[in-house]
Amino acid sequence: MSFSTKTVRQPEPAAATGTLISRRVSSSNHTWNLVLVGAVLVLGIVLPFILPAAELGIAMRILIFALMGVGWNMMSGFGGMFSFGHAAFFGIGAYTTAFLLVEVGLTPWLGMIVGMVISAAAAVGISYLALRYQLRGAYYALSTFAFAEMLRLFVIGNESLNKTVGFTVPVMFGDNWGMFQFRAGSPVYFWIGTAMLVIVMLFCIWFLRSRAGRFSIATRDDELAASAVGIPTLRYKLTLVAISAAITALAGALYLQFYMFIDPDLAFGATVSNNAIITAVVGGVGTLWGPVLGAVIVAPLSDLVTELLRHPPEWLSFLEGLDGLDILVYAVVLIAFVLLLPKGIVGTFLGRRKK
Amino acid sequence: MSPQAQAPAQPQANTPSPPKAARRANGRPSTRTMLVALGLLVIASVVAGIVSGSTTVLIQALVTGLLTGGVYSLIAMGLTLVYGVLHVINFANGALVAVAMFVSYAAVNALGLHPYVALIVTVPVMALIGAGIQAGLLNPIMRSPIHTQLLITIGVALALESLLLIIAGPNPKSVSLPGDFGVEIFGASVSVSRIYAFVGALVLVALLWIVLQKTRMGTAIRSVAASPEGARLVGINVKRIYIITFALGASAAGAAGTLVAPFTTIEPTAGATFNLTAFVVVVLGGMGNVPGALVGGLIVGLTEQLGGLILPGQSPLLAVFVVFLLVLFAKPQGIFGRSS
Repeated sequence: MSFSTKTVRQPEPAAATGTLISRRVSSSNHTWNLVLVGAVLVLGIVLPFILPAAELGIAMRILIFALMGVGWNMMSGFGGMFSFGHAAFFGIGAYTTAFLLVEVGLTPWLGMIVGMVISAAAAVGISYLALRYQLRGAYYALSTFAFAEMLRLFVIGNESLNKTVGFTVPVMFGDNWGMFQFRAGSPVYFWIGTAMLVIVMLFCIWFLRSRAGRFSIATRDDELAASAVGIPTLRYKLTLVAISAAITALAGALYLQFYMFIDPDLAFGATVSNNAIITAVVGGVGTLWGPVLGAVIVAPLSDLVTELLRHPPEWLSFLEGLDGLDILVYAVVLIAFVLLLPKGIVGTFLGRRKK
Repeated sequence: MSPQAQAPAQPQANTPSPPKAARRANGRPSTRTMLVALGLLVIASVVAGIVSGSTTVLIQALVTGLLTGGVYSLIAMGLTLVYGVLHVINFANGALVAVAMFVSYAAVNALGLHPYVALIVTVPVMALIGAGIQAGLLNPIMRSPIHTQLLITIGVALALESLLLIIAGPNPKSVSLPGDFGVEIFGASVSVSRIYAFVGALVLVALLWIVLQKTRMGTAIRSVAASPEGARLVGINVKRIYIITFALGASAAGAAGTLVAPFTTIEPTAGATFNLTAFVVVVLGGMGNVPGALVGGLIVGLTEQLGGLILPGQSPLLAVFVVFLLVLFAKPQGIFGRSS
């Protein structure tokens, strides 16, 4: 990825198949991308009419995971800056929205935007420091991880952020568009989430096709060459970081409004970062649609496992009532994909088709 | 051997090379940075003393900090060793510590062993687990980009923690040390088990140091750390050394788990806290630097306690993380690492 890390341990160019990032930008498939966005939109509108209300929770999880994964992917997949602490940006989004709503009375619609701005600013600040001081590879990973963990500890120790108790969204009666709140199980949440995902996808498609997007990808692929032809690489890296953080913050705000509750672990815990990573890895890091497909697979996993444990088939009856099996499934899926299908589903598919 | 020249005031701003950690596992601390670190600790102690307004409290914090720091060093030892040789940040290190706690809990309760004698069970068990992880999961992808390996260790951490939850259940457990009592050092009261853990940590660090410096295997490990290609050329089986190194790292985590078991709540997520601290220790000491990890551990232990005094009400870890990010940005090669 970067020139200077090409020490003995870097793969030869021919051996680049082992890399996790799919190098192919599917920009030649512009029409297809727009068709897929349309498909997501149609599916999103129709789904609440088909699905039983009880399944809407899972559908919401898919949307939240998809937003997180898409956000993570912008910085890690298209920017080549692997983040192990995306919980930081998710948490900033959720906490800003919650704080402004509960303490100030600001509508979540605006709170969410404030959260996205703060999140992007924080991400740019921390990444500027990290990139300025040439933190690479392991060090960059650790700095992202530490940033999320610091925020978690800060919130836990901060009285005005309710310490470990977190925030509960005050409940209102009936549907209230202005305050982004609807009766429990309302399909409107899902439609709003779908709209968010569609807007985010359209934005990503536009950005990656733009000059800035191409410069960003060139920077990822060979930073030295990119800066040699005059691309201000730091600027484009920070742009990606800001976009990534803002999208992830949006996911955090959506999470808050749907579950109506947030606490330091739900917002800033390592689990959140891991969920974003696993979603993107399963779908395909550095592919446009990978994280969305990944979310469809990963998000329902834990519900499926829980369901399976509640009524286990005969041969699995020994598993009944066990805690932690869902995390084990996540772990196995993550390891299996990294080892066996490192480009993820979409990345592998695109790679095959182009041959 | 004279200390290396320090990095210039604006480190690596214009050079394309990243601030590599000392590539060998035996970098010597530089006197100047050590003095600076010591000076900062003294200042922090004075401030903490003024804020808390009591010498007893300060001494208590210093003693507790040092004792805890020894344990942190031990936990970080495995992490830094693995990083120094494999260049992989082992996110599963904390989970390995947690596994070791449960193994020693089982050894104490099922076999009736003394909590410290349980070492003879935990260390080999952890070495086996470590060797298995490296041989089965990491060796096949050692040539892939670094994040691939980090993802595997995250997966392993999740898997180990969930397995512990499945096997042992969520209820916290504890190992009681027969004859654990409190003693007074300079007016600070400390439980004996913490002193044992501190001494044990020092002994194990020394053992690891001897293994690395004085044995044939240690020489092989150090040569792989310096240059895998070169090591292969002189006939060292690099993959085997990787396995041995990871096994050693896991054993260090295992020993740490057993030593802290008597004064720690044993639960599946117990390792996660140690994980964070260990990262900080490793970066402070210079990634891959074994003696650096020892000093880094002591510094982190002290920072945690003093930070708790200076910023009352905040999590003591917060001060540690502030120090961490500062070091990461200002001097990422660690206070004892040499600049590349």
